[in-house]
Amino acid sequence: MNTSVTGVLSDATERSDQAARPSVTNGLARVLRRVLLSVGFGWLLPIALVLLWEASARLGLLPDTILPAPSAVFLAAWNLLHKGELLQHIGVSGARALSGFLVGGLIGFGLGLANGLSERCRELTDTTLQMIRNVPHLALVPLVIIWFGIDEGAKLFLVALGVFFPIYVNTLLGILTVDPQLIEMGRAYGMSSATLFRRVLLPGALPSIFVGIRYGLGIMWLTLIVAETIAASSGLGYMAMQAREFLLVDVVVLAIIIYALLGKLADSIARALERRCLQWHPSFRKS
Amino acid sequence: MSDTSRANKRGAELRLSGIGRDFSTNVVLRSIDLHVSAGQFLAIVGRSGCGKSTLLRLLAGLDKPTRGYLDLGTDRARGGARLMFQEPRLLPWARVVENVEVGAPATETAVDRRRTAVGLLAEVGLANRANEWPGILSGGQRQRVALARALASHPQLLLLDEPLGALDALTRIEMQRMLERIWQDQGFTAVLVTHDVGEALALADRVVLIDCGAIALDLSVDLPRPRRRDLPELGRLEERILDRLFDSRDGASPSAAAAA
Repeated sequence: MNTSVTGVLSDATERSDQAARPSVTNGLARVLRRVLLSVGFGWLLPIALVLLWEASARLGLLPDTILPAPSAVFLAAWNLLHKGELLQHIGVSGARALSGFLVGGLIGFGLGLANGLSERCRELTDTTLQMIRNVPHLALVPLVIIWFGIDEGAKLFLVALGVFFPIYVNTLLGILTVDPQLIEMGRAYGMSSATLFRRVLLPGALPSIFVGIRYGLGIMWLTLIVAETIAASSGLGYMAMQAREFLLVDVVVLAIIIYALLGKLADSIARALERRCLQWHPSFRKS
Repeated sequence: MSDTSRANKRGAELRLSGIGRDFSTNVVLRSIDLHVSAGQFLAIVGRSGCGKSTLLRLLAGLDKPTRGYLDLGTDRARGGARLMFQEPRLLPWARVVENVEVGAPATETAVDRRRTAVGLLAEVGLANRANEWPGILSGGQRQRVALARALASHPQLLLLDEPLGALDALTRIEMQRMLERIWQDQGFTAVLVTHDVGEALALADRVVLIDCGAIALDLSVDLPRPRRRDLPELGRLEERILDRLFDSRDGASPSAAAAA
């Protein structure tokens, strides 16, 4: 950690040196600002918290059995990585998350489009879907275990179901709230139904669809953690439960941190995609 | 007037007879008979709610008449009819030039459509904004993009639904001049709906006043272009239209159409 920070610092110093040579204190302030700007102020607090955590563990304020030091967790990660276990667990969990997201997301997107475009389809299915939506999908865990056992099918089903609703609801909302004046313009300018969909309806619904995707990603991890913790024979949740049996608190904490990082990674990818696809939108426009 | 040369180019000839439109029991248009010759610039004025926008929507094909016979004399293969709305209605997610391409016929190749769009943007003075998002343009610039889009199919008939209503006074005059110049260049038939009698008289060959769903006054404006706003004839014509408008409020029969 220390080396990486100094690395960034010296990097930035070099860059500012090339640009100009102001007074030393001024330059230092400028470098600090540049580092903060490039890394983002958002990371300031997490870094400070980790440092505080490490310090309290070293000083003996936090017993190892309650919360091991970050360095201990890092060591556990290193060991597991060395044995090849960690990557395998991450791979298994990642594949489950992704496949569940794809299945649930695509069904939700498809039904959202169908119900947004066809009033008849909406009348037929929307009431049913809204009823099912009000059942917390995690309440189905016992039933799902009876149906699928602790197989992959159970996780896929739960994740897909959890991801389905936010994507369905937001796709539907997005299509329904496309500016009717633009649709009228498209018709008046002779657009075919396919062109109208491609040029007007889909891009108009996209901001809302992205809200659904990001919300769905959150639910994806949540569902996966629950499913893997309750019933699994591999994956991060399983790793954490095994570690609990042997009181390996550092591995438990490691699993939690990896979940956080994976969640952040998924959200960052979604955000980057969003920024790319919604360049026209005032909220994403480069100033 | 050089009407004939323009008509030969591509203006459409409109015929409306006995056109009416009811919304449930509410009669908005009673019976409109109108013949607009090719290449003519017709302005339709009237109070808000008089049915003038309804008439324009019928002409644009966005709505069907309850009764009567309508012949636009347009042919889609030769440009057809295009409507310019009160609002620009640009696609916010498409670049300015792509918005103009929306108006070009789908049968053209992408290269041709781009060429048409770029040419029209130059025509409306926005050549250097082709790759911007519409969101960062001013109201007047957006309406100019909308005009370019409406012209992209080289229409035979251009329908204008108070397109300048929301613009500030200076931008408005600028747009009126641009519209007049382009109309003179291209020779399409133009139908402008407006509540601004001054604007109608500045631009149109003929002004039709609609009141209570029927034509109350039909004036031809045979003055040289470009018209100075302080022409005494314009003032007199404006008085006549306004008099007719306020007469009818005092209970005169609106169906008694006065021909010019």
